[in-house]
Amino acid sequence: MPESFLRLLRTREAGLLGLNLLLLAAIAPFFPAFLRPGSLAGLLDDTALLILLALGEMLVLLTRGVDLSIAANLAFTGMVVALLDQYHPGLGLAPVLILSVLMGAALGAVNGLLVWRLRIPSIVVTLGTLSIYRGAVYLASGGRWVNSNQMSPQFLAFVRLQLGGVSMLSWIAIACAVLVALFLRRSVRGRDLYAAGNNPSAALYAGIDVGVMQFSAFLIAGAIAGLCGYLWVSRYAVAYTDVASGFELQVIAACVIGGVSISGGVGSVAGVVLGALFLGIIKNALPLVGVSPFFQMAVSGVVITGAVLINARGTQASALRILERRPA
Amino acid sequence: MNRRDLLAGLTAIGGLATGSLLLPAGARGAGRPVRIAIVAKSLGNGFFNAVHLGGDQAAAAIASAGGNRIEVIFTGPTNTAAENQIDVINALIAQHVDAIAISANDPDALVPSCKRAMQRGIKVMAYDSSVAKEGRILYLADATDQQAGDACLDLAADACSGHGKVAILSATATSTNQNSWIAAMKADLPKHPGLDLVTVVYGDDLSDKSYREATALLQKYPDLAVIIAPSTVAITAAAKAVDDAGKTGKVFVTGLGLPSECAGAVEKGTIKSFAIWNPVDIGYAVVEIANTLVAGKGGPGSSITAGKLGPIAFDADGNGTLGKPTTYDKSDIAAAAKLF
Repeated sequence: MPESFLRLLRTREAGLLGLNLLLLAAIAPFFPAFLRPGSLAGLLDDTALLILLALGEMLVLLTRGVDLSIAANLAFTGMVVALLDQYHPGLGLAPVLILSVLMGAALGAVNGLLVWRLRIPSIVVTLGTLSIYRGAVYLASGGRWVNSNQMSPQFLAFVRLQLGGVSMLSWIAIACAVLVALFLRRSVRGRDLYAAGNNPSAALYAGIDVGVMQFSAFLIAGAIAGLCGYLWVSRYAVAYTDVASGFELQVIAACVIGGVSISGGVGSVAGVVLGALFLGIIKNALPLVGVSPFFQMAVSGVVITGAVLINARGTQASALRILERRPA
Repeated sequence: MNRRDLLAGLTAIGGLATGSLLLPAGARGAGRPVRIAIVAKSLGNGFFNAVHLGGDQAAAAIASAGGNRIEVIFTGPTNTAAENQIDVINALIAQHVDAIAISANDPDALVPSCKRAMQRGIKVMAYDSSVAKEGRILYLADATDQQAGDACLDLAADACSGHGKVAILSATATSTNQNSWIAAMKADLPKHPGLDLVTVVYGDDLSDKSYREATALLQKYPDLAVIIAPSTVAITAAAKAVDDAGKTGKVFVTGLGLPSECAGAVEKGTIKSFAIWNPVDIGYAVVEIANTLVAGKGGPGSSITAGKLGPIAFDADGNGTLGKPTTYDKSDIAAAAKLF
């Protein structure tokens, strides 16, 4: 028992958890209010969208792909559901939620099909669809904003529902993390996803269709991004063309900090959640600590790079771990 | 050949000959309306749609007063890149419009094409955001930096009855407009001894970052009275953050924003009042001024009467100012929100 506990302590996730606690401890003397339960719930609420998107991105990264269109998908879906709510405020929330997931999944499926059937590298495909989806936001809205007073009360209230002191948005992120973790650990498909990214040729011999796995990853990532489209637009109570512009880079950064390998096959839900929280703490603490805006980006860059460096030390060992755990 | 056709052909040739002899290239023939092009920074922006509306109003007013028949051409690129505006100007030169009024995405990049337009006899003026001096005849500024800064500070003082801590939530740390307004506000602070400017933070014109910065302000300064946000993304994000923190009525948000985007927060009371230059008036003045220029009158160092808006003075460099920003509050927000 103590031996396995020690092994747990040496994992990347434990290191990252320590790093997060260290960061909170470093902020505490400067700003004790940051550690109040209310502030921490606010932190989780603020990071929930990053966690959700990073979970989707992780699936794509696991299959050796990358999805750069994730934030554009969010913006497009968010705009469409905002417009739906604006023109049909009586529909209620269910159609909005269903449409956001379906539309996000469809946009993700476009990426997945191009990668799977045409074998185009995912970075090229999603770089293209990134522009297409951003442009589509403009087409859908005509460049106009959907503002808070044009959204129905239930559209805005859902993400703000408080359950046990934590917002609905946070609960959705937690639920999604649990679902993805179960999918990756317990289902055959989930294990196949790791195999397809870890060693595509070997996976092929094992009877795993690598293309289908890539497609599934894009599909799920798209569905999550679509759901985030509604959540984002509702949380910030505004939909416009530049929503979440450039956010895909933060999402990928959260994955990398969380120990997801860009070259596929390595990564865990716990790591991604902790990586996203790490970024969330930095983003929320920097304005409080009063770092000059000119240095904020540089400071967060240094901290991120530092985190990746510290994390990278255990890479070789954990790359093997996935293979060992796979039942023969 | 049919006799009537022959006659028509002859008249046409005659017309062409007189046209080319008597009129400079690009000038209008009898009966053709004055064509004034209003070029936006980008299409699909409510602000410029309202400018267009004002331009049409001026055209109607001029025609009904017995002046020129005016055709307002409203155009612009789909994004705010300067090179796309160059294409738009080149297309307008090819169409032989009489005047071009432009809100420039880049002061220098547009100079060569604006110069070419002026060489073809097209009257080029700038509004809202200027082209460098050699690329236009006149520039109509929305309001001076000082007027914008004054307006923000007055609104802040009004929101907290003259006493309290004030924070500024701006766009990016390098935005030229916002920085000059903030400088004007700082210079003006002594006029409001009760206001205590505690900090300036930057939301980078992103709704999530602005929201986060505003939330941090509320946490860091629990007794904050006013957030001044001189950017439309920042003002809406700050209003949402204040509302979500349950501080509506304790912390007021003000600054510069579009009525349609601020309407919700004004109705809730998070924003008591805010200011913006009236784009309908800008469009109105632009068409009046362009029409005067096409008639061969006006220019740098003169005063041009812009219809119902009265005279606007232009200095020797051709710079004029429309006037101070208009303030909107609960009483007139609904009407203004429908416009822009």
